[in-house]
Amino acid sequence: MHDFFYELAKCLENQIKGNEHFTCWFSAEDSDFVRFNRGAIRQPGQVRQIYLNLQLINGLRHANCSTTLEGNLDADHEVIDRLVLGLRNQLADLPKDPHWLISTEVRSTELIASTRLPPTSAIVDEIMRVAQAYDFVGILAAGPIYRGFANSYGQRNWHETTSFNLDWSLYQGNDMAVKAAYAGFDWDSATFKEKFISVVSQFDLLKREPIELKLGAYRAYLAPTAFGEMVGMLNWDGLSEKSLRTKQSSLRRMRDEGLRLDSAISLCENTAQGMSPGFQTEGFIKPGCITLIDNGCLAGSMISPRTAKEYGMATNGAEDSETLVSIDVQPGELPMSQVLGELDTGIHISNLWYLNYSDRSNCRITGMTRFATFWVDNGEIKAPLKVMRFDDSLFRLLGKNLIGLTQERELLIDSESYGQRGTKSMRLPGVLVKDFNFVL
Amino acid sequence: MLDSIRAQFKKLAPAVDFCSLRVVDETSEKFVVRQDVLQPLSSRIDRGAMVTVIHRGGYGYAATCDLTASGLKVIFDRAKDWAKICAKHPITDFSKILLPSYIGKYQSPDSASSRQPTRREIIDHLLAESVTCRIDNRIVDWEASLWTTNTHQLYLSSNGSDIEQQFQYVVPNLYVTANAGSDTQTRSFGGRCLCQQGDLSIFFGSGLSGSGRQLAEDALELLAAPNCPSGKMDLLLLPSQMMLQIHESIGHPLELDRILGDERNFAGTSFVTLDMFGHYQFGSELLNVSFDPTLHEEFSTYRWDDDGSLAEKQFVIRDGLLERPLGGVISQARAGLSGVAATRACSWNRPPVDRIANLNIEPGNSTLKTMIGSVELGVLMETNTSWSIDDSRNKFQFGCEYGQLIENGELKGVIKNPNYRGISANFWRSLKAVGDSSTFEVMGTSYCGKAEPSQVIRVGHASPACLFENIEIFGGQD
Repeated sequence: MHDFFYELAKCLENQIKGNEHFTCWFSAEDSDFVRFNRGAIRQPGQVRQIYLNLQLINGLRHANCSTTLEGNLDADHEVIDRLVLGLRNQLADLPKDPHWLISTEVRSTELIASTRLPPTSAIVDEIMRVAQAYDFVGILAAGPIYRGFANSYGQRNWHETTSFNLDWSLYQGNDMAVKAAYAGFDWDSATFKEKFISVVSQFDLLKREPIELKLGAYRAYLAPTAFGEMVGMLNWDGLSEKSLRTKQSSLRRMRDEGLRLDSAISLCENTAQGMSPGFQTEGFIKPGCITLIDNGCLAGSMISPRTAKEYGMATNGAEDSETLVSIDVQPGELPMSQVLGELDTGIHISNLWYLNYSDRSNCRITGMTRFATFWVDNGEIKAPLKVMRFDDSLFRLLGKNLIGLTQERELLIDSESYGQRGTKSMRLPGVLVKDFNFVL
Repeated sequence: MLDSIRAQFKKLAPAVDFCSLRVVDETSEKFVVRQDVLQPLSSRIDRGAMVTVIHRGGYGYAATCDLTASGLKVIFDRAKDWAKICAKHPITDFSKILLPSYIGKYQSPDSASSRQPTRREIIDHLLAESVTCRIDNRIVDWEASLWTTNTHQLYLSSNGSDIEQQFQYVVPNLYVTANAGSDTQTRSFGGRCLCQQGDLSIFFGSGLSGSGRQLAEDALELLAAPNCPSGKMDLLLLPSQMMLQIHESIGHPLELDRILGDERNFAGTSFVTLDMFGHYQFGSELLNVSFDPTLHEEFSTYRWDDDGSLAEKQFVIRDGLLERPLGGVISQARAGLSGVAATRACSWNRPPVDRIANLNIEPGNSTLKTMIGSVELGVLMETNTSWSIDDSRNKFQFGCEYGQLIENGELKGVIKNPNYRGISANFWRSLKAVGDSSTFEVMGTSYCGKAEPSQVIRVGHASPACLFENIEIFGGQD
């Protein structure tokens, strides 16, 4: 695929004429997907896909088109010919774009991560050996992912990794479940078994009669997976410069009124330690780290090239969506081993689900508990809880109601695969809060 | 191209219990004008094929965008390999499931007008509407857009199916955002859900033209409005919120694959169980819900689903009683229940699963005026802006862009940040009036997410305005 991409870029260079320029984004994968339910195989298969997004530029006029490719340059040459011709015709219809910004500095990069992934069928056999005795449900995704960028200035970027992501849940008889994940570049049988046994060990707790709590405010511990759902909401335009400028960001009061979170909260886009490519779709190179919240203060934002041009500022390599893909929240001082003791009496939340804003100007978020959520009394887990709806402000939870963050952090690798397998990740601690408000 | 695919299918189809080939050829174009500036014009050509093989009890699929004979040969082989792996631990004996066989063609409706606007005309139209939005310095953002998609699908199967379907999708959109201090209010055209099938006459007839100024005025009016009151009271939902209510708390819980547990690791399960069908009182007797592929302009109309089953109008809830789930032929066989032709994939590179398609509430006999007149204290809400529901699709909380207070049978003024919450299992039983056809609107969305691997798909929802009693309503923070 690597050689195909470089040949493709060469072919595009030969297509442009006169003052024309191009940028292209290449996105391909060979993915095995195996879906499980009730300890059996529900839907297994394989997808091979190659997409090219080509942008043709002439002065301040530009248009782009994505297309699937066969992966054979002889056949794809004709597709490229038609694509360039079509875009050239479109440019005539278009006005000049005052917010157009192109990267002309050539910064080529190449990353090909080595891997030791066994055949997916062997991984499936291994999973089934331990899982078939349980109500096991989830998905295994595995295989290579390719991303590339090229432009007519001669920049070439290539990012190739082969990874797996097993995202699963084990259900206990009374419809209670524990969710877990095992993802990475090298499948290790011992690690998988260890994770599986760890999940099974929580079953005894789930077998206890679930409790239904009265509505109200509770002290709560959110494990990294649950806290990740909260932090993920900031990706709904919260840290986007365009949204901050147009007053649509849920964090606009932090910029406009100087509102602060607790000084323990520091968050950055950590490309250097993430799983995503270090270049974006228009060829801008991402900095290793962008500080966004620093000791509780809004210190930065995600700035796409387009927003940068519109508002007269410098881009920091954000995609057009101005979302984070490698979220990093700094740890705190609470050892995870002491979480139950510090929680004392309250709710231990492993996962949250289906969050949304209920009042964006106050960064108020609603959502549900899901999977293993427990009632803790005097530092001891007593029983699982039935699902509950919370509605609370992140300003309050991560402000005056924040008790602490854990010393240890977890790396959460995104398992979503809308259109293609994702490369997003989060590294973050667990969080202990007081007065977490439950409403239904 | 399709004839050559047919020939390849005959040549390459392996000797297995069942196999099918599904080809999707989709082109789309997006036009966006933000703050009177045309955004980068983007188009997309998405073409590929998926083979499904069922053999000796196992199921497997493989997909590629290489539609040459050698590319197709590879996916036939790989799908067969995966069926073999599956056959060691299948969730059901897939070979025992009788898959349908049909031959036919279907096409989205075309308008009488043969002339479609040019790209330049579309851009000019959006630019013209955009400039009407900035009526005040408090208008801080606005955007007008059009998204068009043409999809051509072919489904062939070893038991004789040859189904060709062509769809045209049109999605017009416009939003206007106003701000004062920390208060930001957005109004959008049809809640971004006036999605329909047909040609570009839909765009010009959608009402988007001329809506910019009104939406801007609405957004400014919201800035000045009081917050929605809190308390238990009547709730009158217009179709732009009803579509979300139907989608989340009827559509998803009735998906048969959820009920069978396939989605428990991701999209969730359902408060509905297999034993409820045929006797569970889902809502009040006024509630009639149909799976309806007969409204040609509705966003998710098709003649056959992606397992080749014939789609026909069927009631899923009649007079409040739960009749059937939204599940296709494979789920029906697993569950031992009859369902509807609802197995769909979002594209060639994802396998079909049970999806909501067109799921509609049938009109009743109340006018909007009658319903408002019957309310002593309540809130009218329109246009969804916030949605959240638990993994069994029971405890929900939804918010709307725009509300109006109702007191003593009269509308008493605009309120902002209207929200409500409830429990699906009880909510539909509190339905106390259903609007007549004068309140009925056909809507849809391109963004229904589900499944592993993840898929986002088009769905349609048509509904009249509906009135509910004794609902927990609340507003934003003052």
